[in-house]
Amino acid sequence: MQPSATIMISCLPLFCMVLTKRIIPCLDLKEGRVVKGTHFVELRDAGDPVELAQRYNDQGADEVVFLDITASHENRGTIVDVIERAADQLFLPLTVGGGIRSLSDMQQILRAGADKVSINTSAVEDPSLISRGAERFGTQCIVVAVDVRRNFDMAAGGTPVAHPDGRESWYEVVTYGGRRPTGIDAILWSQEAEERGAGEILLTSMETDGTKAGFDIPITAAVSDAVGIPVIASGGVGHLEHFYEGFAEGRADACLAASIFHYGEFTVRQAKEYLAARGIPVRL
Amino acid sequence: MKRIAIIDYGLGNLRSVLRGLERAGAAVLITADADVIASADGIVLPGVGAFREGMEMLGDLKATVLACSRQTPVLGICLGMQMLMESSEEHGIHQGLGLVPGHVRRFPAVPGCKVPHMGWNTICIEQQDPLFEGLAQEEYVYFVHSYYVPAAPEYTVTSTEYICPFASSIRNGMVYGVQFHPEKSGTVGLALLQNFIEML
Repeated sequence: MQPSATIMISCLPLFCMVLTKRIIPCLDLKEGRVVKGTHFVELRDAGDPVELAQRYNDQGADEVVFLDITASHENRGTIVDVIERAADQLFLPLTVGGGIRSLSDMQQILRAGADKVSINTSAVEDPSLISRGAERFGTQCIVVAVDVRRNFDMAAGGTPVAHPDGRESWYEVVTYGGRRPTGIDAILWSQEAEERGAGEILLTSMETDGTKAGFDIPITAAVSDAVGIPVIASGGVGHLEHFYEGFAEGRADACLAASIFHYGEFTVRQAKEYLAARGIPVRL
Repeated sequence: MKRIAIIDYGLGNLRSVLRGLERAGAAVLITADADVIASADGIVLPGVGAFREGMEMLGDLKATVLACSRQTPVLGICLGMQMLMESSEEHGIHQGLGLVPGHVRRFPAVPGCKVPHMGWNTICIEQQDPLFEGLAQEEYVYFVHSYYVPAAPEYTVTSTEYICPFASSIRNGMVYGVQFHPEKSGTVGLALLQNFIEML
């Protein structure tokens, strides 16, 4: 092939410091209504996910995630309606997860106006869903949500991960909202997801989720180092410092949080100003 | 009211592009009809997915775009921008529309730099252009891509750095391309769409 007639600006390897770290609020939806987050007293309709998402947009959120915890096919129309309204009013990336089990589910969600779909249990049960989804809709559309739990039974043979207290465990993938252990190693599974065409890993540790004690740093760092695609850290943010740890120690590309924002403890902007002051590149 | 045709050649999420352009004051149609495209005041070539599939799905509309691009402004978005180029090395070498000189390359593997380049990064204006009227010298916009167009001085309107410097927007005559997603880039992206409509 003939090279282009134009003079190429030399392509020097640079560190990718300019790409900002992302802060992503997550909204849990049940039958189209926000389950948490009713503490925004000034909202006209505190249960409306689109209005809440708009608020986060105004605060400088980099993306928004809707997690449909109803996740039954009977209520599919409700989430589709919410996505359509969100896409009409929000001009930032939207990821939707919960109950997506097939290519036609993906298509319905993406057509409604979501940019990415997040799949979890369905991907573990049928890993080809990742490859088929990536082939049909593009790698960038497919977020694989990996829920994990520590397993100290090293004889079971997972990838060892060292903890700050000197102990060692492996991390096991769990499905059905953390209820079902699968025996699958989280690091190997994340790598398989990448090979199959996932564009991103959304990593939630059941050990820290809901504790407000900070992310599960050892597994966040281990997965982030093991894959070449972006990793979103999730589960455990209770203070702004936890975001810093997620980026600086967990080497995450994005941090997802719910309650810290929903209950008005901190705004997205406060989180980003805090991170900027500590030297983490963020979009302000 | 200016009429814009968004070329519908497959699956991607076109709703935000549609609403963004509508909000900026245009009458917008998502269409695969060559006559509708040919009679529009402006053409948007969107794109999500892989290069070869995108070109295949475009099919007969390739000729329509090529013919229209002589008198109608065209805006390619993301894969739509890459398809304006001569070729891409995504899964083999594939021919593009050739409306802008240059070739699409894959980001090299660099430890610690994730691919796709996904998230908010800075665009830096290299040459003044009506498409970026009213925007600051540097602005944050949203990117999702694994392949890039190398920055070539004649055609690069804005540049961005990730692993290497690349063309985040290009222009050749009335043909524009942006690697980022204006429809996902908040107020900055809406301002760009508004500027596109105003130049029609």
